Amino acid sequence: MNITGKARLAAITIVGAIALTACGSDGGTSASGTSSAGGSSSVNCVSGSIKASGSTAQKNAMADWTNAYQQACSGATIDYQANGSGAGIKDFINKQTAFAGSDSALKDQDKTDADARCASGPAIDIPMVGGAIVAAYNVSGVDKLILTPELIAGIFSNSITKWNDPKIAAANAGVTLPDATIAQFHRSDSSGTTDNWTKYLKAAAGSAWTFDHAKDWKAPGGQGAKGNDGVGAAIKSTPNSIGYVELSFALNNKLSTAWVDNGGGAIEPTSANAAKTVASATVGGSGNDIVLTIDYKTTTGYPAVLVTYEITCEKGLDSALVPLTKSFLTYTASDEAQGKLSSTGYVPITGDLLTKVRASVASIS
Amino acid sequence: MSTTLEPAGATAPDGTTADIKGASVRRGDRVFVGLSRGSGILILVTMAAIAVFLIWKSIPSLQANTANFFTTTEWAPDAKPAYFGIAALVFGTVMTALIAMVLAVPVGIGIALFIAHYASKRLASTLGFVTDLLAAVPSIIFGMWGIQFLTPQLQGFMQWLTTYFSWIPLFQNDLGIYTRSIMIAGIVLAIMVLPTISAITREVFVQAPRMHIEAALALGATRWEMVRMAIFPFARPGMISASMLGLGRALGETIAVALLLSATYDINWHITEPGGITFAANIALKWNEAGTIGLSALVASGLVLFVITLAVNMAARLIIARRSDFSGAN
Repeated sequence: MNITGKARLAAITIVGAIALTACGSDGGTSASGTSSAGGSSSVNCVSGSIKASGSTAQKNAMADWTNAYQQACSGATIDYQANGSGAGIKDFINKQTAFAGSDSALKDQDKTDADARCASGPAIDIPMVGGAIVAAYNVSGVDKLILTPELIAGIFSNSITKWNDPKIAAANAGVTLPDATIAQFHRSDSSGTTDNWTKYLKAAAGSAWTFDHAKDWKAPGGQGAKGNDGVGAAIKSTPNSIGYVELSFALNNKLSTAWVDNGGGAIEPTSANAAKTVASATVGGSGNDIVLTIDYKTTTGYPAVLVTYEITCEKGLDSALVPLTKSFLTYTASDEAQGKLSSTGYVPITGDLLTKVRASVASIS
Repeated sequence: MSTTLEPAGATAPDGTTADIKGASVRRGDRVFVGLSRGSGILILVTMAAIAVFLIWKSIPSLQANTANFFTTTEWAPDAKPAYFGIAALVFGTVMTALIAMVLAVPVGIGIALFIAHYASKRLASTLGFVTDLLAAVPSIIFGMWGIQFLTPQLQGFMQWLTTYFSWIPLFQNDLGIYTRSIMIAGIVLAIMVLPTISAITREVFVQAPRMHIEAALALGATRWEMVRMAIFPFARPGMISASMLGLGRALGETIAVALLLSATYDINWHITEPGGITFAANIALKWNEAGTIGLSALVASGLVLFVITLAVNMAARLIIARRSDFSGAN
């Protein structure tokens, strides 16, 4: 066989390249308890690889945290897929993931199945990321808009249809509202954001909101868009529009957000105000299972908040996954990680609640 | 086994007879026949497996449903008690597919005709290349393009349509909002199925028998008359098959429609108003957060879509079978 000089050179190059790839470091799936040098002070590094999936609400927070953890600990890989709370819980029950992110705590059949998945202990919900749901609007000339729960319920159930409706004007003295139809946007896909927003409206708006809370939007009127980003983009491109999005999406898209007046004065939708509401939530659930009941009628903090739980096994997670899961969740419950949340529009867990969260994480074994 | 060729039915010197059914005794031929038959059987088995899966997985939700599956418009399978129905889904799917077909079939056939018989060689190949390129665009790109570019551009057209054609109930618009409607979804779907229809029809037109074409021209027919007399009868089954393939894509198009439609579960005949939902878009939007009964209900809606597509294809086959007798090309 005739091999020309060029072909010979090419062959040697290819073989050499393939041989050199063998010198790369091994990915490593075994867990070892060494801490790496140069890691940040609140990370006790563990190497290994875990998968997690669930809520899209905490997608950006998780991305920040996994990046920070992986940079501090070179042997660790945490893969979080934001495919929805329902899908996340299903993945966890089917043993595909080490923990699930969910906008609502486990209940009914899911709780039974998750307890069964954890061989020797119950499945626990650990609140880790708070979020605020804001009414974002796009009305030129209106810099500050104050809405009461009744007004929000009226706008989102199509009973208040114009911006210069006397009810809106009454809550916004001195603001010139245009004589235009309100273009209302809601979510076309199922989402925990819709679930929490309707929970808030049902609790705070009284008889003005007659629909039950659900992941699917039930009220008539308005237009649906897919995802927080879809609603955000729709509000941004449609004049005289209003819709509900997560605070982080409103900040990213630089949308104006409405102040909410639950009866005690208008409260600005900021991370700090929402943190007050999260911290004052009633804690339910037995043992290390923390299930929060938010007081949607609160007058001291921003009321429309949601909490994303990390669902994992208190005892009974596969022993290969326990060290990295525990280490990662300890990091996310640390002051450093919670401190990162406010700058991206999320709401940190604070105070006594944070102490309980850390105790729950410590009990994972 | 003999490796020499024996004519069928003949008796070889050693007393063995070749197979008189006409099947070859060569190993290569046998393997090829086996493989072809196996591929056909594989397709049938796959279709049967899909049908069985759909029926099996949808049973729990159909049992749990407290509302009439075919006439209810709401979709709440995870509520207690579960109630959901496909009425709104059927309406949305059929309307968007119908609009897409009405727009895409004439344009697709026109493009194919132009490329095959009217255009110069260079123009034809360029146009063919560009049309086929359209088929390569991912559907999510179409959805994003539809929402961000096409919808604002179509506002003027929609306003004109609803002002001057509101005597047709279909084009009435009581809300003054022209975005996220079945009409716009239908237009985007039409653009998506256009390359499929055009490419297949083009191939069929090119294969029309030259003798018929030249005979028509020799008899003094104009180009258009020649097309009508010699090409269309011959190509009609092919055009119908192309349209059916396009319809299949239009019925099942998922992510583009999920981004474009406003997902309201009602039957609204004013197609320029926001709203509407199709089978595939419903599955895409609700899958992630669905509970157990919810997932089963989505599979049930998938089963209905499967049956609708099957029925439409069977109807198309019937039309082709009937027409081929009169096509004059046989």
